Amino acid sequence: MSTDVLSPPHRARFALPHGSLAWRAFVIQAIVLALIAAFLAWVAANVVSNIARLNINTGFSFLARPAGFEIAQKLISFGEAATYFDVFLVALINTVVLTVIAIVFATLLGFVIGLARLSTNQLVAGVAATYVEVIRNIPLLLQLFYWYFAVLRPLPGPRQSLDFFGIAFLNKRGLFLPYPIFEPGFCALLTTIAVMVLVGIVLAWMNNRHRMRSGTGLHSVRAIALFLLAPPLLVAWLTGFPLSWDVPALAGFNFAGGMTVIPEFVAMAIALSLYGAAYIAEIVRSGIRAVSVGQIDAARALGLRSGAINRFIVIPQALRVILPPLGTQYIVLLKNSSLAAAIAYPDLMLVFAGTVLNQTGQPLEVMLITMASYALIGLAIGAAINLLNRRVQLVER
Amino acid sequence: MKILLAAAGVAALVCTSAHAATLDTIKQRGTVNCGTAPNLPGFAYTDDKNVRRGFDVDLCRALAAAVLGDADKVQLSPLNLRDGFATLTTGGVDVLTHRLTWTYNRDNGTGLDYVMTIYYDGQGFMVPKAMNVKSVNDLKGASVCVAQGSTTELNIADYFRARKMDYRIVTFADLDEARNAYEQGRCDAWTNDRSALAARGLQLKNRDAHVILPEIISKEPIGPLVRQNDSQWAHVVRWTFFALIAAEELGVTQANVDQMLKSEVPEIKRLLGVGDDLGQKAGLPADWAYKAIKQVGNYGEIFERHLGEGTRLGLSRGQNKLWKDGGLLIAPPFR
Repeated sequence: MSTDVLSPPHRARFALPHGSLAWRAFVIQAIVLALIAAFLAWVAANVVSNIARLNINTGFSFLARPAGFEIAQKLISFGEAATYFDVFLVALINTVVLTVIAIVFATLLGFVIGLARLSTNQLVAGVAATYVEVIRNIPLLLQLFYWYFAVLRPLPGPRQSLDFFGIAFLNKRGLFLPYPIFEPGFCALLTTIAVMVLVGIVLAWMNNRHRMRSGTGLHSVRAIALFLLAPPLLVAWLTGFPLSWDVPALAGFNFAGGMTVIPEFVAMAIALSLYGAAYIAEIVRSGIRAVSVGQIDAARALGLRSGAINRFIVIPQALRVILPPLGTQYIVLLKNSSLAAAIAYPDLMLVFAGTVLNQTGQPLEVMLITMASYALIGLAIGAAINLLNRRVQLVER
Repeated sequence: MKILLAAAGVAALVCTSAHAATLDTIKQRGTVNCGTAPNLPGFAYTDDKNVRRGFDVDLCRALAAAVLGDADKVQLSPLNLRDGFATLTTGGVDVLTHRLTWTYNRDNGTGLDYVMTIYYDGQGFMVPKAMNVKSVNDLKGASVCVAQGSTTELNIADYFRARKMDYRIVTFADLDEARNAYEQGRCDAWTNDRSALAARGLQLKNRDAHVILPEIISKEPIGPLVRQNDSQWAHVVRWTFFALIAAEELGVTQANVDQMLKSEVPEIKRLLGVGDDLGQKAGLPADWAYKAIKQVGNYGEIFERHLGEGTRLGLSRGQNKLWKDGGLLIAPPFR
């Protein structure tokens, strides 16, 4: 058959190379690899023997020992019996939460500023350009200190707190918010709500399909949507409204009860978001600039409005350019979050690579765990962006 | 930074083969290398003439005088608490004359040895006078600023838990940031070793508006550290500092040490190496203690010079008095 003739010759993937030149390259590479392996083995052996000679404790058993100290921000339960591993989890969660919040706000703000810098309005473009240049050229650590003390200074002491309707309070010690208490029956309510939301989504999808086919929506859908509210309300009434709030109240020096957003977190989130946004703005601008003007002219010639041009022509093409560097920027943001130690935000670096390292005296293990944690979160961010990137890439046929 | 240091630690572990005896290395090198706190007024700081000065610095200078005969033959490495241990372990310094509390966990399994206690400290609390707090026991529910890196966080946890008192901790990596945040009103109280409160408190804008509470919630025996398994060097460090204490006890001062060479008191004669050579057993010259006292002074003189009531810190000797005056400092007999 002719197709057999046309198909490329099948090659074994691990075939040995042919020819003397290829052999020489192969041998050289093998020798280099062997040398590197030997060097690493020598390093490992030397570290092991030196640790033994210096009488340093080794191993990861310290993770199971009780830690015995307090942490300012704990998003999981953390009692007196908490171990160093619990400390690690608390610190890791603090780092992740801060990074996620900063990524969200930096992205939103970055897109707005990036677009503003492309604006035909000189004032808007000028302000955006100034913002980017100022923020990018000041060290992040300085900005952290600035925001920390800028957040702290104007706030009142606990006794003169800013009072929001008697349920939320703001002072130098943080933002004190009511904390939801889930009573029995709350789970049933949550399930009902989830089911109704699911039904709603299915309805919306059906409505959309109908519109695509016939050009008009199903008129009955809105009426049905109203009925979706009924079951959750009924369940809530039957279970006696199973949600109450623990409202913070002034007790002695501080507010007790409720939950607290510490000022260190606020300062970190502001500084990281603003800093990240400056870089993301430039990434967005470059992405949009990368779309050829001819595309926009062509869209205009077809009679598309500017909103439609952005939505269907510019942004899909710009995203291809934006996403890869955006992912890198997210990872940079994660690494920047380790500066939190400077202003007492209890992240992985301050609590685990700081206090735990001091208490245990096992720097090698602690730093190894810390580095591995940052690397893994960074790789996870990278993988997520890659997935997203694959979806927006040009499908070549 | 910390990752770099850890990497340096690994690199040092990789590269150092067996250590030679520290004393021989020092004599060959011609300097004593000490790790001190980077910037702690009174203990180790850089003065306006760019000279490193302080109590801990003078301890190092005494060692150089005893071993090398010249107190200026020191190399001082400012190290924060965290890096101190690794730097000593890997041979970057010979001894830590730092503010490091002697604890079980630091003496065991770290490859280091505490030599003796040279300063008895304790953790205290500073609060604004306006708060009208008279005792640590009034601090229920308070926010407390603390600098990490020592035993401070554990002490406060133990103390407050034992009394079933709630508190909120705000932990800073750096002492100055902790003080700054306290001053800004982030916390109701600021805790640290009392000596550090006195030293760092000088940098408060209005020191008189703050007061150190009477309670001392921990014992903090502070002393020099050396590498484990080098008892010759450990003995040199220990007995040099004992010599400074013994000198105060015997009334030997920087000013009168030359006259004391003619003293008839047997212990003074032995201490100063007159007629007897105690130094050689430790691998030191006969006049090692004489040199240290002559060039640096006795313990009391060093204390008064840097920390005492005549200085900005204004610390009283307290537990750091000699045993015969009701304090805890005692030097074993020189015989």
